[in-house]
Amino acid sequence: MEMLQVDMMLILEKLLLIGGIITFSLVIAMYTTYAERKVAAVMQDRVGPNRAGPFGLLQPLADGLKLFFKEEIIPLTSNKLLFVMGPALSMVTAMLTSAVIPWGSSIHIFGREVSLQIADVNIGILYVFGVVSLGVYGIMIGGWSSNNKFSLIAAVRGASQIISYELAMGLSLIALLMMTGSLSMKTIVEQQMSGGWGGFLGWNVLYQPLGFLIFLICVFAECNRTPFDLPEAENELNFGYHQEYSSMKLGFYLFAEYVNMFISSAVVSTLFFGGYDIPFINEASLALSWGDNIVAMLGFVSLFSKIAFFLFLFMWVRWTIPRFRYDQLMDLGWKKLIPLALANMIITAIVILWFNK
Amino acid sequence: MASLTNRVKVLEQQPLSFMERLYLPAIIKGMAITFSHIFKKKATIRYPEEKRPFSPVFRGLQVLNRDEEGRENCTACGLCAVACPAEAITMEGAERQKNEEHLYREEKYAAKYEINMLRCIFCGLCEEACPKDAIYLSETFAPSNFTRKSFIYSKDELLIPHPINDKQGYDAARVSRVEKLKK
Repeated sequence: MEMLQVDMMLILEKLLLIGGIITFSLVIAMYTTYAERKVAAVMQDRVGPNRAGPFGLLQPLADGLKLFFKEEIIPLTSNKLLFVMGPALSMVTAMLTSAVIPWGSSIHIFGREVSLQIADVNIGILYVFGVVSLGVYGIMIGGWSSNNKFSLIAAVRGASQIISYELAMGLSLIALLMMTGSLSMKTIVEQQMSGGWGGFLGWNVLYQPLGFLIFLICVFAECNRTPFDLPEAENELNFGYHQEYSSMKLGFYLFAEYVNMFISSAVVSTLFFGGYDIPFINEASLALSWGDNIVAMLGFVSLFSKIAFFLFLFMWVRWTIPRFRYDQLMDLGWKKLIPLALANMIITAIVILWFNK
Repeated sequence: MASLTNRVKVLEQQPLSFMERLYLPAIIKGMAITFSHIFKKKATIRYPEEKRPFSPVFRGLQVLNRDEEGRENCTACGLCAVACPAEAITMEGAERQKNEEHLYREEKYAAKYEINMLRCIFCGLCEEACPKDAIYLSETFAPSNFTRKSFIYSKDELLIPHPINDKQGYDAARVSRVEKLKK
């Protein structure tokens, strides 16, 4: 009986955490659409949405409501089951990754230590890669089942792009993994926190700048963001793989893109920028005077500001750089990034061997 | 091939240097430019709340003028209708009766005066043709309605407010007229 009770508490705690994180990422994704429009506007000397609510803050709600009330069209010649599955799959894979991201250190409630991470899997990064590579099925199935040539071309482009950039992404991370010696996201963050200057000197970006750059470029490609937004290149493919979609199914695709952006920003912040580490502050000594819970919350705020910066970077790049041509994209992926990542890997290996001998 | 003109400019295209082929410096430069635009002055005018200042000769919808005692200036001479290139103005004249001196300034007045705002091209020739200072173009623009019929403005819509019943409205309409005449 005792065992069962403990398990029930754990289940409850995890369920609450899962619900919280899903709600949180959906709300963030919603407001990322708003932020995207605002950033686009200010970078083009415009004002952006400002009609719905103060500063247009209710705009995402209005957009969502509009999508709900739209007519839902399923083309006659489409494969109906797959057509419905496409957006769902996109959304599910976008949300799944958040399970292994440590959103903060642990907090104490009612004498229980609650970790702010849904699952501390010891192969966290592998899990992320597994889920991210599933993400291509959302695009592929959606584009193929619409039975539309533009959608199909976009889907094929998306699939080949994601597969090619996943390679460079993985290779750039191997160098990082050689340094950390662990695949667990939590361990990686804790290692970074133990560096000098309250953790700042432990940030992996200082030791793996090239790895970070390659990883960042690949993240842009994986998220189908400009300059790599070939699957939805508006001026060539009309609307890309979600051309035949309408109503909330389209909303799911667009939403999944923003959830993906959010989660990728979280992954980049966790792997290279110390996760929930607050730079220049020693968390352990702060926790003694302020208590664990407050420090955990501060850590979450720190992680969130890093994520916010990367979200801004996504938009910043989108409104600066034009789209790559398809052959340039493949050229960059296979001929530039992969050799660079390999070189980075070998150099890291040599350096590690040198210092450990 | 020999050049046809002496204005030919031979471009020397050099292969990109290593730094150029990295693209990153150029990308960072571009991003700095877009970032600097965040702090630039916005070109947007938040329209219904904020309006662009009109030029002094702006030509909006027509209004019919009244004098200080509220009498209509128009004598239905028809010069505006003749001047109108779009044939948007129609009117019917009538003779002023004994007890109507407070309504109309002269012996003849327009019993019916209509401007079709869908035909009007806002050229302002009616204003220039008017010998009685009765019609002029205001700063109102962009009217909206649901039927085409409602765009045929009758005297009710055209006349400026009465100076005794609605002093403020009259002054506002009057001031813009005076300003306009000054320029």
